[in-house]
Amino acid sequence: MDVSTIIAQLLFFLVAALTLTAAFLTVLARNVFHAALALVGTFFGVAAIYLMLEAEFLAIVQILIYIGAIAVLILFAVMLTRGLMQHDQISFNHQWAWVALVVGTLFLGMFILILQVPWLQSGAAVTADTVPSLGQQLMTTYLLPFEVVSVLLLATLVGAFIIARE
Amino acid sequence: MVQNFTLFIPLLPFLAFAIIVLLTRNNNRLSALVAILSIVAALMLSYGVFLEALSEGAELAANPFYGAPIAWMPFGGMTINFGWYVDPIGAAMLFMVPTVCLMIFIYSTAYMRHNHVDEHGHPHAEDDPRYARFFAYISLFTAMMLLLVVSSNLLQFFIAWEVMGFCSYALIGFWSFRGRKEHHIDDAQVGRARGAAIKAFLTTRVGDILFMTGMILLLITLGSLDFNKMYDPAAMNNMLAGLAQPLPGVEWPVVIALLIFGGTIAKSAQFPLHIWLPDAMEGPTPVSALIHAATMVSAGIFLIIRAYPLLEFAQQTSGPAMQIVAFVGAFTALFAATIGLAQNDIKRVLAFSTISQLGYMLAALGIGAFVSGSFHLLTHAFFKALLFLGAGAVIHSIGTNDMFKMGGLIRKMPITGITFFVGAFALMGIFPLSGFWSKDEILLDAMREGFYPHAGMSQDLFLQIIYLMLAIAAFLTALYTGRQLFLTFLGKPRDQAAYDHAHESPVAMWAPLAVLATFTVFLGFWNTPFAPAFFHFVGEGGFMGLPPFEHSEFDPIALTNMLVSTGIALSGFAVAWGLYGFRPIQAGQPDPLARLGFVWKILVNKYWLDELYGYKINLDGTAQPGLLIRLVGAFMRLCAWFDRNVVDGLVNLAGWLSRILARLWGWVDTHIVDGLVNATASVTGEIAEWWRTMQTGNVQNYALMAMVGAMAIAILFLLRSFT
Amino acid sequence: MITQIPLVYYLALAAALFCIGSFGALSRRNAIAVLMGIELMLNAVNINLVAFWRYGAADPLVDQAGIVFALFVITLAAAEAAIGLALIIAIYRSRDTVNVEEINLLKW
Repeated sequence: MDVSTIIAQLLFFLVAALTLTAAFLTVLARNVFHAALALVGTFFGVAAIYLMLEAEFLAIVQILIYIGAIAVLILFAVMLTRGLMQHDQISFNHQWAWVALVVGTLFLGMFILILQVPWLQSGAAVTADTVPSLGQQLMTTYLLPFEVVSVLLLATLVGAFIIARE
Repeated sequence: MVQNFTLFIPLLPFLAFAIIVLLTRNNNRLSALVAILSIVAALMLSYGVFLEALSEGAELAANPFYGAPIAWMPFGGMTINFGWYVDPIGAAMLFMVPTVCLMIFIYSTAYMRHNHVDEHGHPHAEDDPRYARFFAYISLFTAMMLLLVVSSNLLQFFIAWEVMGFCSYALIGFWSFRGRKEHHIDDAQVGRARGAAIKAFLTTRVGDILFMTGMILLLITLGSLDFNKMYDPAAMNNMLAGLAQPLPGVEWPVVIALLIFGGTIAKSAQFPLHIWLPDAMEGPTPVSALIHAATMVSAGIFLIIRAYPLLEFAQQTSGPAMQIVAFVGAFTALFAATIGLAQNDIKRVLAFSTISQLGYMLAALGIGAFVSGSFHLLTHAFFKALLFLGAGAVIHSIGTNDMFKMGGLIRKMPITGITFFVGAFALMGIFPLSGFWSKDEILLDAMREGFYPHAGMSQDLFLQIIYLMLAIAAFLTALYTGRQLFLTFLGKPRDQAAYDHAHESPVAMWAPLAVLATFTVFLGFWNTPFAPAFFHFVGEGGFMGLPPFEHSEFDPIALTNMLVSTGIALSGFAVAWGLYGFRPIQAGQPDPLARLGFVWKILVNKYWLDELYGYKINLDGTAQPGLLIRLVGAFMRLCAWFDRNVVDGLVNLAGWLSRILARLWGWVDTHIVDGLVNATASVTGEIAEWWRTMQTGNVQNYALMAMVGAMAIAILFLLRSFT
Repeated sequence: MITQIPLVYYLALAAALFCIGSFGALSRRNAIAVLMGIELMLNAVNINLVAFWRYGAADPLVDQAGIVFALFVITLAAAEAAIGLALIIAIYRSRDTVNVEEINLLKW
């Protein structure tokens, strides 16, 4: 195991630890505002993971959309409903213990499963920038899904407007 | 091309009927005018068709005027059309029917005005209260007779036939309405008219049912009722082969032919269904003339003419259909003539003579003398209409039907008397009137076939018997006709008041008599043995697919027959003279023939047939059902008693038992079945109460369950892939 | 980097993130927090997609299905967040609460 490997793996563990910590905070924080801030942290961690996977475009999109749009949206919602979730209130519902049991089992099962499968050890090298070819494919091979998603977004826009309207 | 307007001939009088009923019924003169105008138009049209037919001559038989433009009842694989069919005999009928009907119509305008003497002793005339309705009815009657004559198929024929049945009912019962004392119609007459109408309707109904049954069977076996293709040889043979025999040893053609003949028996008043016709004299006299001469009874003969090929086919293949027709006809001719001897009602004598003459026609048709029978139908219509109208004039003049209250009337009513004599001599068969030629022809055919067979054939006993019956009937005809003449027009008046009251009829009544008398004198020359023009027209082309009829040249047999029948007629008349003319009957003197004793009683009572199976209508308007009817009635009462007491009892018992059982079942139902049902329901309800708590309404709860489920499915897949 | 970090690491990370997100989505009382849990789950899925693209694709340049799919997921997540938050606002207006336990109209 050479030095670069050690450094790379350390870096991964660091990022993973940060991400998971932020995720735990998101889920466990009594204060929803704090939870939202921790969510932003999680998104950053995931963006870093994308970078490590050489998906730079996706990392940028993650930051732009998740942090720039969704997280801000959530913060707004939190502030609009502020004052409802007091600190002294219980932030979990009464089935949380059962959920914890099920989710723990799920994680254990998946973890064991992952370890038992002989995965590919390494992918092919990326020889050039992925963004131009991604753009080209979005306009050719994936044109129809792309347009469908566009329409979906439009419908979402209108729908959200109608639902939230007075 | 007048023939294309043939259907307008019946339509015109029908329109008159509609117009009178709908529009002009409140105006007597206008109604009569409409009726007469319509019959004149129909007459002109039918003369046009008749002349066109004459110009075709014997060719017409092979190619009759035919058209069926109105598809009237399409069903199954066939269509019954509404159309016309005019062959030579139909054309001859088209000559006869409107002529006689027109005369009757004109006569009716005067006859339906009644003479009265008002309280001041002044005579005055007054319309019958239902004058317009009378013209409506006779227009409809005439329309239907004409429709029957021109019908293109048997069903159309049957409809006209049935409507005529209704018209005869309405007209025979024309005076059957109450409260007419001021119109000199007493309750007894009302009762008699009502009984006679019902009797006529119901008696003819018997025949109509038989006719309809025969027609349905004919439709089934022949596949068509259209006269133009009905008697197709292949279809006729199909009648023999197509269906199973109705009875062992009996074939369909003879059954169908006799069923159709049943229609004729009732409609043309043949034995044993003749009983309605004498009572039908209760109708106004023009109606009697109409029924007895031009329309109703002729329709029955015309039906046999139309069914003639069927009869002959039946005779050849399966049974003595024609012999039965001939025998019924000859027997009726003789039988009715004997009753005619003993009647005192001037119209009833004529009624029985009609029955007798119709028997002649049927006998002629039955022995194969098709042309003679048809010709007698024509001539008889004229002279019988003449006789009825003359009798009507007498009745109208002196106000009674009883011949024993008449006598010497020819001095008061010369025109009526002379024309009546013409008609009576024609009926007797006196040379050279039309009745002589036509009746003589029938007797000639019977004699030739019976006594002078073709070479190689033996004498036919059956035909000899027929000839003898007809000859005796001819003698009796001359006898009762002579009796009528002597009692009515000759001799001394027996009721001086009535005699003084008598007067000659108005011109509207005697003019038709004169016209009919003219026809009676000259029509016979259409078919004499020397120059059989009618035969050339009707018989030479065959009939409805039959081969041409044979006609023997004038020979000594014909001469013999003429002499014999003239002798018979003259001897009958001579006997009548001896009994009634030599010493005229005085008032109160009994009938000389009453010396016959019991035989006379039989004849006066018409063989008690009304009492046996008919419906006796008394002079006072009451009526008694005959023995057979009473037996049927008693049987029905017995059935009713059985029904009420036995059948109803059983039904009630069954009902009571059912109720008991139902109670029992009701208990089982409410306590056991309902209990089970309720138990099921409550168990289900309890379970549901418990299970519904699963629906918490909490989304996260549901999502958790979904996740557990997804995991379970994933584990399942994993286990499968590992094993 | 690719040669030095095995795929298993990413998968384990994604699994952990997914489970944490599930826990949040299933057990938080605040509707907004539930939504945040769902976002975490979506991110976990995206990590998987991208990791499999990177390690599985024969030529990552030509076959970019994983990336495209992740992009669509992000788009849908944005749509879902917009609609979800709009719903929460609407419910908040009408019922004065964002507590999921109190929003239980679909009940027996």
